Amino acid sequence: MKLLSRGLIAASALALSAAATPVMAKTFIYCSEASPEGFDPAPYTAGSTFDASAHPVYNRLTEFTKGTTEVEPGLAESWEVSEDGTEYTFKLRQGVKWHSSDRFTPTRDMNADDVVFSFERQADPAHPWNQYIPGLSYEYYNSMDMPNLVQSVEKVDDHTVKVTLSQPEAPFLANLAMPFMSILSKEYADALEAAGTKEDMNNAPIGTGPFRFVAYQKDAVIRFQKNADYWGAAPLIDDLVFAITPDAAVRLQKLKAGECHLMPFPAPADIEQIRADSNLKLDEQAGLNVGYLAYNTTVAPFDNPKVRKALNMSINKQAIVDAVFQGAAEPAKNPIPPTMWSYNDAIQDDPYDPEAAKAMLAEEGVSNLQMEIWAMPVQRPYMPNARRTAELMQEDLSKAGVQASIVSYEWGEYLSKSMDPGRSGAVILGWTGDNGDPDNFLSVLLGCSSASEGGANRAFWCNEEFSNLLQQAKVTSDQAERTRLYEEAQVIFKDQAPWFTIAHSTQYVPMRQNVTGFVMSPLGDFTFETVDITE
Amino acid sequence: MIRFILSRLLYLVPTFIGITIIAFSFPRFLAGDPVLLMAGERGVSPERHAELTAQLGYDKPLVMQYFDFLGRLLQGDFGTSLVTKKPVFTEFLSLFPATVELGMVAIFIAVVLGVPIGVIAAIKRGSWFDQFSMTAALVGFSMPIFWWGLLLIIFFSGYLGWTPVSGRISLMYFFPNITGFMLIDSLLSGQDGAFASAAQHLILPSVVLATIPLAVIARQTRSAMLEVMSEDYVRTARAKGMPRRRVIGVHALRNALIPVVTTIGLQIGVLLAGAILTETIFSWPGIGKWMIDSISRRDYPAVQSGLLLIAGVVMVVNLLVDLTYGLINPRIRHR
Repeated sequence: MKLLSRGLIAASALALSAAATPVMAKTFIYCSEASPEGFDPAPYTAGSTFDASAHPVYNRLTEFTKGTTEVEPGLAESWEVSEDGTEYTFKLRQGVKWHSSDRFTPTRDMNADDVVFSFERQADPAHPWNQYIPGLSYEYYNSMDMPNLVQSVEKVDDHTVKVTLSQPEAPFLANLAMPFMSILSKEYADALEAAGTKEDMNNAPIGTGPFRFVAYQKDAVIRFQKNADYWGAAPLIDDLVFAITPDAAVRLQKLKAGECHLMPFPAPADIEQIRADSNLKLDEQAGLNVGYLAYNTTVAPFDNPKVRKALNMSINKQAIVDAVFQGAAEPAKNPIPPTMWSYNDAIQDDPYDPEAAKAMLAEEGVSNLQMEIWAMPVQRPYMPNARRTAELMQEDLSKAGVQASIVSYEWGEYLSKSMDPGRSGAVILGWTGDNGDPDNFLSVLLGCSSASEGGANRAFWCNEEFSNLLQQAKVTSDQAERTRLYEEAQVIFKDQAPWFTIAHSTQYVPMRQNVTGFVMSPLGDFTFETVDITE
Repeated sequence: MIRFILSRLLYLVPTFIGITIIAFSFPRFLAGDPVLLMAGERGVSPERHAELTAQLGYDKPLVMQYFDFLGRLLQGDFGTSLVTKKPVFTEFLSLFPATVELGMVAIFIAVVLGVPIGVIAAIKRGSWFDQFSMTAALVGFSMPIFWWGLLLIIFFSGYLGWTPVSGRISLMYFFPNITGFMLIDSLLSGQDGAFASAAQHLILPSVVLATIPLAVIARQTRSAMLEVMSEDYVRTARAKGMPRRRVIGVHALRNALIPVVTTIGLQIGVLLAGAILTETIFSWPGIGKWMIDSISRRDYPAVQSGLLLIAGVVMVVNLLVDLTYGLINPRIRHR
């Protein structure tokens, strides 16, 4: 009797587990680093916001091929560009379903109205959806110069949209793949307007993406569910949960305890510990970024390229990479990272040679030079410790007879003061690429147009030859030709030395051993439609 | 008593004005232009900068901005967050219960442990217990919360695996937010194990948050007890042969508790300050973490009104403490 009942229990347990396995929901937990600012990607600029909105919930006309910065079709199946490069005609994918929620059920598929709506609400300040929450502003749309670039967006038919540009713009297709160009539902907008709950566009997003938004508890947890009707390859996990955990040490503890499957931004000091943990694995990749020291090239003696060159030669770059980045970086010789197309590997970096530097400075009649080095007060992906970097530079410069003092300001102040063309000193700063186009580094950071107050060109370096090359490259659609132009621009950059290029830092993504299919993005995005958990 | 209450309420007016001035100017002392922080390394053109500044009303003279701020406050408008574009008051309300829940558990731990420890230490003055507990209190009082919290996480969650690392409840559970108090909501949800999970998640953060108030309360109770026990009436009661237990319990403790109540009241402010660090390290979604986020994003309206709302809570609690004090110690009313 006893034996029988035992057998029965065992059998039923077996039957239960067999029945349970296939229906068990797979929940993937991501320990994200910050609360999203909202769920509408267009008005915001933080990567943590895009990871929680643009990537899981939405799609764009074009998308970046996973793991690369190349552009592939997204909601637009194909496109044609007019002869003069100013008219783009997009053929939209058919049968793309919108998500539904307990408050909204879509009656139609994604179509041209949605695309026109998504452009216009950002472009036109008078559009009823431009300020659907008072105070919204579209910083990416503005800073990518879209207001001047996009002349019109027209619906040709339900599945064709024509975009007219004011001038040819090679990076345009890459811009469209950026989070701020996510396509929102016009039908949902109409429904919200009718219900008088417009702010739900930002609180309860409806998209076409691989995951459907379920719920958000402020500062704590975001829940998504797999979109079973996804037009692309359906996600392999059923539920995606973001556990918002701002402290990097705590994130790591959660990962080790199995409370989450994957985390962003580990502390550099923890990398070795992660490698040593048999439950974890670590993906790494050179980041699409650059850290630099920008001289003010409009102020003497930094207006002299030879002086800048001499200063560059007096700083030991490898020592900075070793001490500050703890080896998790590559010394930079160009303003764009090596993972970017058109990177000119033939460039020779300035050698570290304090004696020669000293001689060069003497030759230029510069003696007893006193300068400021600005160290940013915050940690960024391209610069883990600016203060330490500045101290190392200070020591090196003193060997070349240059007295450097280190200054620092509160971050907001730092950004603002460093933009003032009258400022003194050399500024440590950096950049992470937005769209994988070299123009996004070279024009933004070194072009003449951004060399005025408020621009991101902190060296205030305006070299006509360099800028002309960029301009030519921007209106050329031939990639080989563009590559040639950018390579040439990098030669001028190195020769003129407006910056001391510091490093391109490595990005790390630690995860549990049983996570498969995660693809690191060079753009720093975290996306989960290809992720799976194996037991 | 009514006069006493009225005079205490009158004190609130200048305090309130003082706090609005501090809350208004504090974010500006941090410098940092919110418009530039929005743009980050990317930069923003001077025209666009002017446009955004005007849109946010930061181009007006400071005094005007202050009166705008005050005017809106008096209409019950706490402003809109620059970052989330949601009313600050709504955000505060949605996060406040989490802080209250954590704070109440912490103060409970601090009182339930702190008072008896202080009493025993006073009675057994000079004993090993006295020396040990007062040294521990001193250490607890000077412990950096951030480091202490992380240490507990690494030991109890990481090494022993007894407690969860952070958050308010296991993510397996998913139920509506009714009261905002996780202990209550988890019970209401009727889901198996939800309450236990919520309680487990409370252990470490509430212990960390209780550390400083516990130390202060224990020390305060001890010194108050020692003082009272040397008073004449206690010696008289003893001399008359009253049982020791009764002397301590009724005569001494009751009078010693009067300053302790004030201390406990004052700990509310300390608790809120501690909550800022504790919540950040334990990813506890309360107002402390919200304040840190808002400060780092230069979200002026959120910082201003958030400070004001927190100050308001502290003021109300202090008022209640004052009134309780007046109740248990009639002398104070006639000062």
